[in-house]
Amino acid sequence: MSETVTLEVLRYLPETDSEPHFQRYTVPFRDDWVVLDALNHVKDNLDATLSYRWSCHMAVCGSCGMMINNEPKLSCHTFLRDYRGGVVRIEPLDHFPIERDLVIVMDSFMDKLSGVKPWLIPKQEKPLSEGEYLQSPAELNVFHQYTQCINCVLCYAACPQVGLNADFVGPAALALAHRYNLDSRDGGKDARAETVASNEGIWECTFVGACSQVCPKNVDPAAAIQQTKISASVDWLKDLLTPGAHR
Amino acid sequence: MNRRPYVRKVERNWWLQHPRYVAYMIRELTSLFVGLYCALLTIGLIRLVQGHAAWDGFVAAFSSPAGVIFQWLCLVFAVYHSVTWFALTPKAMPLMVRGEPVPGKWIVGAHYLAWAAVSAVVLIVAGV
Repeated sequence: MSETVTLEVLRYLPETDSEPHFQRYTVPFRDDWVVLDALNHVKDNLDATLSYRWSCHMAVCGSCGMMINNEPKLSCHTFLRDYRGGVVRIEPLDHFPIERDLVIVMDSFMDKLSGVKPWLIPKQEKPLSEGEYLQSPAELNVFHQYTQCINCVLCYAACPQVGLNADFVGPAALALAHRYNLDSRDGGKDARAETVASNEGIWECTFVGACSQVCPKNVDPAAAIQQTKISASVDWLKDLLTPGAHR
Repeated sequence: MNRRPYVRKVERNWWLQHPRYVAYMIRELTSLFVGLYCALLTIGLIRLVQGHAAWDGFVAAFSSPAGVIFQWLCLVFAVYHSVTWFALTPKAMPLMVRGEPVPGKWIVGAHYLAWAAVSAVVLIVAGV
């Protein structure tokens, strides 16, 4: 008999279930399969009622994040062969409400994301006729890593502070705020500070560092938040010594 | 459609459920001992101001077996706290030189150098 793998998947069907429960599926083992392939096998061959999100299958879209053996991971980026011989436990991402099975409710994240104004706010708007806002490669290098975020929210599932305080703006949104604050073409730091430097912003972070450890794109949100803390403290001190002068 | 999202509660022992959270909680706990030691040093200064007898009493308490054990405990925790903190410094204080990032190990190394220099100055001033 060919080798198989047991998946233990958290199921929650809001029409019939009062709370989630685990369901086991046995799927064939393939050396080149990722966990998402195994879930697709379940959906196509064993149980069409299983719900989960996915799209690109190449760690770009950021929609297939799940807890895999208690670790937030992209299921398209996690090989079955790394879990050989054991049961693969698959749950929806921690710290988010469960809509159905492995599908989470992401509304809170979308609100937090838009709250940090993650777009260019030029220091001075100029008419189209004056051309582009130019930037050198060195200026791009300053923030490039923070542009790699795919909003997969693995960092929110890893962050205990998100779990303990649902209002915490959280790693990805704060990293993206930092990305725009560092952009040489941007002048929106003060507009973002209202959210970023609030009690629910950077100061809620206690530098656990888990966000950066689980990030599949090496964005390093923990670094972004600590740098923002330093920059916000310097701004606060400047404002205290010379009120209004540095803006 | 009737939506009925299910919210899972964070358990009280959440920090025991992954080694990285345990390591984090230990780091947080060690800061308590760093703080306690600082408070004791401050008390020492106050006793010094209060005169010879008060200072002698403080030194005697610090030299007692319990005092020595406590200081060793503080030293171990302070070293753990410093080492784990230094390891994180490249994230909090990244440096760019001529548009290129300075390697993290250089930043960490600079902190150890500064630690050694400050310790040397303290030892020289203390006449050790």
